[in-house]
Amino acid sequence: MFSNRYIFIYATVLVIVSAAILTLASVGLKPYQDKNIRVEKMQQLLSAVGIESTPKDAEELFQKYFVEQHAVNDKGEIVASIVNGKQTTGSISPFSLDTKKQLALYKANDASASLPIYICMKDGKKSYVVPVMGNGLWGPIWGNLAFSEDLNTIVGVNFDHKGETPGLGAEIALPDFQNQFKGKQIFENNNFTSVMVIKRADKANPHQVDAVSGGTITSNGVTDMLKNCLQFYIPYFNSLKK
Amino acid sequence: MAGFNFKLIKNPLSKENPITVQVLGICSALAVTAKLQPAFVMALSVTVVVALSNVIISLLRNTIPPRIRIIVQLVVVSLLVILVDQVLKAFVYDVSKQLSVFVGLIITNCIVMGRLEAFAMSNKPLDSFLDGIGNGLGYAIILITLGVVRELFGSGSLWGYQIIPDSFYEMGYQNNSLMIMPPMALILVGIIIWVHRARNKDLCEK
Repeated sequence: MFSNRYIFIYATVLVIVSAAILTLASVGLKPYQDKNIRVEKMQQLLSAVGIESTPKDAEELFQKYFVEQHAVNDKGEIVASIVNGKQTTGSISPFSLDTKKQLALYKANDASASLPIYICMKDGKKSYVVPVMGNGLWGPIWGNLAFSEDLNTIVGVNFDHKGETPGLGAEIALPDFQNQFKGKQIFENNNFTSVMVIKRADKANPHQVDAVSGGTITSNGVTDMLKNCLQFYIPYFNSLKK
Repeated sequence: MAGFNFKLIKNPLSKENPITVQVLGICSALAVTAKLQPAFVMALSVTVVVALSNVIISLLRNTIPPRIRIIVQLVVVSLLVILVDQVLKAFVYDVSKQLSVFVGLIITNCIVMGRLEAFAMSNKPLDSFLDGIGNGLGYAIILITLGVVRELFGSGSLWGYQIIPDSFYEMGYQNNSLMIMPPMALILVGIIIWVHRARNKDLCEK
């Protein structure tokens, strides 16, 4: 028979050995995993401006098209910039900002909150890409919006989600839903109106897109996400327009 | 008797198949087989986990206190599953995203715990290893069959490459979207079990 003492020591040693192995694996594989996450983020930004990419060429395409990256605060001031791969202002990298964390700071009225904005030059056309993040029905939803030079008209979007219902809420990640956003506008006579995702939307209305049928809560989540996140950038957009 | 006992590999492929005969591991078989690639990676992951956990538990079998044996098995299985998950995240990121929670759920896959309790706790490491490989392959055969059928008829492709030519679609052929839904996987598993039992009368319950 095994004594209690033996059982305790056995369990302790087993758990410590397992933990040590997992720690080693986690530390050793971290650089590869981080790279995958970074490449995925780049692919999502590229897809918002309509550039197809593969995990292999994403980094190269990103460097080529996204010529400027800025971090802006809620007063519209630039706190950090990387232009053509060189840090020109501040010390943080806008790309590495955690959107979720920064939005939480913004909600708590913390003045240090800053979010990234990416400037893409493609075929001589400038577009501004901003990340957005919010909540769907089952978990987080997020995406990127690309605006044309007038900082009003949407030229492309991409959305993704953690676990919305397939066939219903998950449709927001499909081109049919996302293409509706092209040409929509977020300002009406210089007042911020955002874009609403509603049922039976008027296609001619520049501030409405059709909701996903059966995915009402996810659709409302997209509406809220756009409103809450774009709000942050309005001072910056206004400062650029002057 | 020393050496390889090939029966340990051969039996789980047909007569003792974990999915079609023992009806274990159905959940993941339905969830990850809409495409061939995730089905293959899942099958490989399960095979690795069953084989290695069988070997580790078999090596430890005489030192494991019976009162905490299930906990010890779980720790070993979790360790291996987390390692597999980390490796997938590092090297095949898209596949790991498609498999999502199902890699983590290998821990609760009845095949793994079942083999540890039924075989590894009372057999030598080499036999346990073969038993693990055999059961992993038995699981893999069914997953890959499902993956091939479902991807071919549901998406017209295999491993992401288009197989059914465009000219078929122009003539009015359509992908069967029921194929990519989980219920169709259950129906297919049912058909496989039916065919399997029809050919092996000794498997039928009296």
